Amino acid sequence: MLNIYDMYKRMENDEIILAFKGDITEDLLTSVFQIMESRLEVSPAELRLKKKVNNILVECLQNVYHHMEDFTEAEKVDDPAASAMFLICQDSDNRYRIVTGNHILNSNVEKLKSRIDEVNAMSKEELKTYYLESLKSTELSSKGGAGLGMIDMARKSGHKLDYRFDPLNDRISFFSLLITID
Amino acid sequence: MNSLHIPGTAKTPAVDFTDGALEISGKSIPENSIEFYQPLYDWLDQYGQQAAKSTILKVRLEYFNTSSSKCLLDVFRKLEAIQKSGKSQVSVTWMYEEEDEDMMEAGEDYCEIVGLPFTIEKIKEG
Repeated sequence: MLNIYDMYKRMENDEIILAFKGDITEDLLTSVFQIMESRLEVSPAELRLKKKVNNILVECLQNVYHHMEDFTEAEKVDDPAASAMFLICQDSDNRYRIVTGNHILNSNVEKLKSRIDEVNAMSKEELKTYYLESLKSTELSSKGGAGLGMIDMARKSGHKLDYRFDPLNDRISFFSLLITID
Repeated sequence: MNSLHIPGTAKTPAVDFTDGALEISGKSIPENSIEFYQPLYDWLDQYGQQAAKSTILKVRLEYFNTSSSKCLLDVFRKLEAIQKSGKSQVSVTWMYEEEDEDMMEAGEDYCEIVGLPFTIEKIKEG
């Protein structure tokens, strides 16, 4: 059988405290948020950081959730493509990293990439102005997305959003996003 | 008029709206916040017709997602309209836990774009 101990050691070395792969549903997110909240409650990290982790976690997983809905509706794709993953890591210095990975239509790659690049190029003050302007003008999508997620995460994390796209075929790419919180 | 009471859940805040004293507290992180906030808008529309002389909205949130940030703005916009109509003196008290700089900043954000008096208040421990 698989060497589960190897897998365990790998997770330990990578400081992974929570990992998931599969369908992202509302119920799943409710449980994940609750699990992380109670874990953070007992963590020695300062309140400021715990709040940031909770906030950013909600934002980035709901981003994936909203995006997956778009995806399965936009294109009747095979089940594997509708699946996503995420990891939450915490190192000994109480630095958190949240990684999400999900499939995305190639036709949406450019738009998403330029959105992240735009946000990454902004200073703290510029992000605030951009956030307020977007908040005033945005209309919620039918699924409740406000289009503010990337700006909000960049603002709260204070780090650049790290990302990559891996093309899988002529229709689909895999999008990975890494957010650091410290 | 009738009060609006909604108990809080893991993803939605507790709402307590009575004549002149409105409060939203807890977490606001639903995937789709419009569903949740619609009854609040409806209540405020009705309240606008017969508002108390003064109205205070207390917001005491642990955290909220960007979907809710838009809905909160719409709650403030409704109160702005009530204020403009001259039916009630409206003010907002935005509360945040000590050290929670993001929640404090969020209050300052709204204060900048909403035409209502805001008090941003630190919740003392214990």
